[in-house]
Amino acid sequence: MTVADALLLALGVIAVGSGALVVTSTHLVRAGLYLVISLGAIAGLYLVLGAELVAWVQVLVYVGAVVVLLLFAVMLTRAPIGPSDDLDRPAWPALLVGAGVGLGLAVLLADAFRWTVYALPEPGTAQRMGEQIFGGWVLPFEIISILLLAALIGAIVLSRPDIGARTGEPAED
Amino acid sequence: MHAVIPYVTAALLFGLGVYGVLRRRNAILVLMAVELMLNAVNLILVTADVTVRAALDRVQIEAWAYPNGEPYSGGVFALFVIVLAAAEVGVGLAIVLQFYRLRQAVAVDEVALHADEAVR
Repeated sequence: MTVADALLLALGVIAVGSGALVVTSTHLVRAGLYLVISLGAIAGLYLVLGAELVAWVQVLVYVGAVVVLLLFAVMLTRAPIGPSDDLDRPAWPALLVGAGVGLGLAVLLADAFRWTVYALPEPGTAQRMGEQIFGGWVLPFEIISILLLAALIGAIVLSRPDIGARTGEPAED
Repeated sequence: MHAVIPYVTAALLFGLGVYGVLRRRNAILVLMAVELMLNAVNLILVTADVTVRAALDRVQIEAWAYPNGEPYSGGVFALFVIVLAAAEVGVGLAIVLQFYRLRQAVAVDEVALHADEAVR
């Protein structure tokens, strides 16, 4: 049990615990804030695993942008501030499938990797990651930029009612 | 480092995400659970980056990977998944907000899929 193991264990417990609170909390806003804690703990896991750039991108994009977007949506849909009791469906099917998937995968991975010790890699720098992206992965990178553009235009078209709206009543249908 | 710790963490997070998607009625909470699942996959990718590299010790690198020289692809894939998740949540929230504007509701089990007369 080294320092890295202890860090991984602690951050993993934090991530799973606050993830459980995300899917069980009855406050909408609190669920979003627990999501921040969970994503931050996962960023810490990335740091321990030597993926430094991924950790900072996680903090910037997920904690900085995605969660803020989710909280904006919570506000724009006029969610109640206090606890709301109509957030959930019946628990049994979800509990069955969720526990089945989670515990099944956990058992599978635990059986595959046992208690094997791996050497920690040296922390990866942004230079190494940049050489990767713009060397072997440059085509997926460009495709993903086109996808981001398409998502941006799609979100704008969806949220503006005056684009693509039918003028007047549709005549024959 | 025992690789089983982050792997099991990721598996449990994925299970929590599945539970949240199936349990929640509010569309925004469903999107939060989807984020949990995507993060679990990212964690798997980054951890596999470490363990697969350890297993690939003294393996000749293929020629098509030439300028990179060493396999560090897990982090790159994790970055791509993060970007995809950002695009997904942007479009998803646009859809949710538009639905809220039409119906004043965000409950996913009340969406009428046989929507002919319901739309008008």
